[in-house]
Amino acid sequence: MTAARAAPDLVCPAGGLPALKAAVDHGADCVYVGFRDETNARAFAGLNFDDRALADGIAYAHRRNRRVLIALNTYPGEARFARWTAAVDRAAQFGADAIIVADPGLLAYARATHPSLRLHLSVQGSATSYEAIEFHRERFGIQRAVLPRVLSVAQVAHTIAHTQVEIEVFGFGSLCVMVEGRCALSAYATGQGPNRHGVCSPAKFVEWDERPDGMTTRLGGFLIDRFGSGERAGYPTVCKGRYDVGGGRYYAIEEPTSLDTLELLPEFVRIGVAAIKIEGRQRSPAYVADVTRTWREAIDACVTAPDRFAVQPRWRATLGPLCEGQAQTLGAYSRPWR
Amino acid sequence: MKLALGPLLYFWPRADVFAFYEAVARAPVDVVYLGEAVCARRRELKLDDWIGIAQRLAAAGKEAVLTTLPLIEAEADLRALRAVAAQRALRVEANDWSAVRVLAAAGVTGFVAGPTLNLFNAHALAVARDAGATRWVAPYEMGGDALAEVVAASPGIECEVLAHGRVPLAWSARCFTARHFDLQKDQCEFRCMGRGDGLPLATQEGTPFLVLNGIETQSAHVQSLAGDLPGLRACGVGVVRVSPAGTGTLGVVATWRRLLDGALDPAQAVQALDTAGVPLCNGFWHDRAGHVRVRPDGAVAQQARA
Repeated sequence: MTAARAAPDLVCPAGGLPALKAAVDHGADCVYVGFRDETNARAFAGLNFDDRALADGIAYAHRRNRRVLIALNTYPGEARFARWTAAVDRAAQFGADAIIVADPGLLAYARATHPSLRLHLSVQGSATSYEAIEFHRERFGIQRAVLPRVLSVAQVAHTIAHTQVEIEVFGFGSLCVMVEGRCALSAYATGQGPNRHGVCSPAKFVEWDERPDGMTTRLGGFLIDRFGSGERAGYPTVCKGRYDVGGGRYYAIEEPTSLDTLELLPEFVRIGVAAIKIEGRQRSPAYVADVTRTWREAIDACVTAPDRFAVQPRWRATLGPLCEGQAQTLGAYSRPWR
Repeated sequence: MKLALGPLLYFWPRADVFAFYEAVARAPVDVVYLGEAVCARRRELKLDDWIGIAQRLAAAGKEAVLTTLPLIEAEADLRALRAVAAQRALRVEANDWSAVRVLAAAGVTGFVAGPTLNLFNAHALAVARDAGATRWVAPYEMGGDALAEVVAASPGIECEVLAHGRVPLAWSARCFTARHFDLQKDQCEFRCMGRGDGLPLATQEGTPFLVLNGIETQSAHVQSLAGDLPGLRACGVGVVRVSPAGTGTLGVVATWRRLLDGALDPAQAVQALDTAGVPLCNGFWHDRAGHVRVRPDGAVAQQARA
């Protein structure tokens, strides 16, 4: 039997204080959150933390020896750059355990102004190789990088072997099929996207047109999909629509599925993944509780006895219904399409 | 203001590429970007072939720039970057921070910071400049007002924008052309070969929406900033880029040349460019949805519905 290895951090999402508490109560090592504005990539109405909730949340987590990471991972324009630097200052004042940043200008500011504040390179920073990661370490002293969901397990292992920066990977949740930080599909359809506005396919540009024969969904006016009366209509994001290409009508980019990598956990541990991220700051506290509890149990089982690790049916039973379209994929890690 | 020809984004047969650049050598462009800018699997031309084309263009008085991939996944991709950095004859466009580090490590300065580096403010641009960048291609989704603020705060760095062509919008580890043909990416049979304008994608009501070009997704509408030339000049844009299409590229180049030289006014240039049956757009420049068309009188055309 192989020796027990270090457990990767379980990094869970919280869109509000109840979700943060749920994550901490159910075994998250780290909880990541955002301020209530466009400084982070889940800038949805009614979501995220004001100062009071953030202070309470950090105190709640720190009393239990857990960490709180603040995402400041959108790209500020020149005119409003000071709003983002002020957010970095607030994160430092509140005692955040790290900030998650994509913009090189903001990383430079954080490094110069708060040298003891831990920096994580956001997935929005699009760093898919050790050269890109090492650039950010040399210039800004980043201590962790979150990998875009485009690499195979072998490529993740190769990256880990060539950098001293800790590597965090996505383990579960909604799946971006495009390189994060380099997708302007939402901006093309609506004028607002993840990079500058912290939103993908914002609800105010969505239309649900329900008729007796079914539902039509639109984003920014573009028809994204049509659903029969018995079909479950998915939220219209550009990459998950059905379109006409070369005489065929199909999911031309990606089916609506979620990433679920439980079965890869022993591989992640073996290759030295430092942290596993759960997507979903927009999800409910109940969702966060279910996913956190399941992944905590799985990680503990895996590091205790990696050779005997097997995905438990009860884990699948919990996570399956939480997935988009009730369908799961290993995404780029296993590359069935390769 | 200089006129640039962006890299070929589609996969053409080798002979067609050579023939195209032979014509480009005689075309009125100042800067030409060369090399593969989409998929690492496309290898019709080797680095030496591109350098040969660059020498031909340089002899014709043009600045040739070697571009690099926007998505670096494998060690082989990094080896290719190191080879690009090791050649000293040509300037390089860095489209990923991997390339920036490799260039800096090789002691290369004077490179072009490409559009996928996401340099949205002068502080970020300063990071690239400190690493050796001397020209900045603005992110495709960046508007004119935001760009003007960065230019004003970034003296000594040249600014380039995509002035005419389909807008690259996203990149993936997956290949959507292979997917269309039910092929695995590693056995893709290079089906993107010869599709001069990629695979058009339309909504179910027939509205042109996107173009699938291997691992890259582009806009179906052609971004054209010809009508916005006074604004480009006022912002301090120093280079305007025409992105090659399957056909008609040199005609577009000729029109832009006449526009820049004052032989056409912006309205005449728009009229000349608005003939291919493909909708034009300029929404990103006006800080709107990218597919939108804003006319010089301020009238806005939404182009999303049938």
